[in-house]
Amino acid sequence: MSPVHATGELLASRKVGAYHHLSVVARGVAEEFRPGTFVAVTVGTPGTSATLAPRPLWIHRVRPVGGHGLALQLVLEVRGAGTRWLAEQPVGARLAVTGPLGRPFALPKEPVACVLVGEGYSAAPLFPLAERLRERGCPVTLLLGAPDESRLLSALEARRSARAVTVVTRDGSVGQRGEIADAVTEVLRRAEAAVVYAAGPEPMLHAVAAAAEAHGAWSQCAVEQPLACATGLCHGCPVPVVGEDGVARTVRACVDGPVFRGDRVRWTELVR
Amino acid sequence: MSGPQIPGLALRNPVIIAAGCGGTGRELAAYSPLDALGAFTTRTITLNPRPGGPAPRVVETPSGLVHSTGCPNPGLEGFLATELPPLVQAGARVVVSVAAASVQEYAELVRRLGRAPGIAAVEVNLSAPDAAAHGLFDVREPFHMTSVLTAVLRELPAGIPVLAKLRPDVLRVVEAARTAVESGAVAVVVGGPQPAALPDGRAAGLSGPAVRPLALRCVTEVRAALPSLPVIGAGGIGTAADARDFLRAGATAVQVGTALLHDPTAAARLVAELASDDAALAGTAPAEPSPPVRPSRPVQINTDPSQEQPR
Repeated sequence: MSPVHATGELLASRKVGAYHHLSVVARGVAEEFRPGTFVAVTVGTPGTSATLAPRPLWIHRVRPVGGHGLALQLVLEVRGAGTRWLAEQPVGARLAVTGPLGRPFALPKEPVACVLVGEGYSAAPLFPLAERLRERGCPVTLLLGAPDESRLLSALEARRSARAVTVVTRDGSVGQRGEIADAVTEVLRRAEAAVVYAAGPEPMLHAVAAAAEAHGAWSQCAVEQPLACATGLCHGCPVPVVGEDGVARTVRACVDGPVFRGDRVRWTELVR
Repeated sequence: MSGPQIPGLALRNPVIIAAGCGGTGRELAAYSPLDALGAFTTRTITLNPRPGGPAPRVVETPSGLVHSTGCPNPGLEGFLATELPPLVQAGARVVVSVAAASVQEYAELVRRLGRAPGIAAVEVNLSAPDAAAHGLFDVREPFHMTSVLTAVLRELPAGIPVLAKLRPDVLRVVEAARTAVESGAVAVVVGGPQPAALPDGRAAGLSGPAVRPLALRCVTEVRAALPSLPVIGAGGIGTAADARDFLRAGATAVQVGTALLHDPTAAARLVAELASDDAALAGTAPAEPSPPVRPSRPVQINTDPSQEQPR
């Protein structure tokens, strides 16, 4: 997989709950997409912008759009000036897109039971992952969490993607009240999970990785770090891990991740 | 100015990747063929492996990035085993950036580094704005620089030219450049990260367009005081127009860093745009690389290029 840096076009931009869904066509990016990879979008006008770091965005879907070929659907939450700029771009805007970036989720060779755990907008890559797993005959269970209903990504669609869906919200506005960490052990047990995939904030990933280990399942965690370049050039996104050789080292979230084996990350040292 | 000519280092063109901004080279190669660049400067290599500092390491600020990475690198042995060979195979002119905690460590580092094949030059990182915070030798005074460069030049084989990357202190940059050349460096890298701080107060460097005018002033000052010393300009260069400003000010070449972090194709674009530019094209690298120069005594500052002969 080789990433490209291309000028893309914004085909659609709409607000869904607390998030923005952008549909972008950028030559050569969507074709190489695999669940877990992401793109980096330049913010502002290249060469004149005061905003230098591109914004990494999860790829939620890849869909053909008539006359445009494959389009990327990206999910973003407005958190600052850069993401606000992206959310305010008009349809037809030109965007510099780099991708697909990072290592994707590894897929099991056998049709084993999989549990996919996502929190907030970070659940985006789990939907195309669910499709790939179902193609391989894996029974898929989804566990989705969010602070409230507006931050719950595509809960309706989740019911089409998975055999079983559990929803937890912190305020109890939909599904069970509580945190993913409270629910994950029971979901793993009920699904008889062999592999657990997780995407979300670090405390949640840590809890899921620990629950998976206790359950005897493999875990694959997509670690989100603030990225300065997203392409591996600047070494600005350290993730402390233990290598295959058992030696502790620090790797980059963007090119060595974002997906890591849950039992390889030294979670307690992962400081944000 | 007759183009990118640095004694002993035949640059293909004036565009050099700045230290710490090209990953291991493999990441950049996806966007810019390494053999089309003037040269590729590695991330700063130290004798022993370093995990680097804690997150956040890089923070955005208007027109700049503030960074305190702590020089993460696999150490000399790891670099020689895993990072240098692919760079050489990809056809890159490899400039190895080095730093150490002490003069003795510098000496040991370059003694072992100098035996490796495929190194075009060594850039001594005398300007790390977060050096002291990360336990590296903090060069603040000319005598610090002299002791480091003297040790490096004593231990490095004669075929490998030494570039000195200076602190971008506008008021003292000429003094630093004079010290570097008197200590035996064939060229100086001027500009680069300004001393700054992360929001949590950690020592850091500020890079990007925000520092470009300061870097240009540094180049102008050094050029005026030491007209025959090759100067490589660095600091916020992202477009061909930026590069031309530095080349007009007398820079022999430019280093590109922060621009790559938001557009990884920036270096390739710069090479292409400058190639079509007569001013920059006049005097691209000679077909035959000039033989290396290793002065046994301080370089004589001489404005006549014919005097720059190998001894």
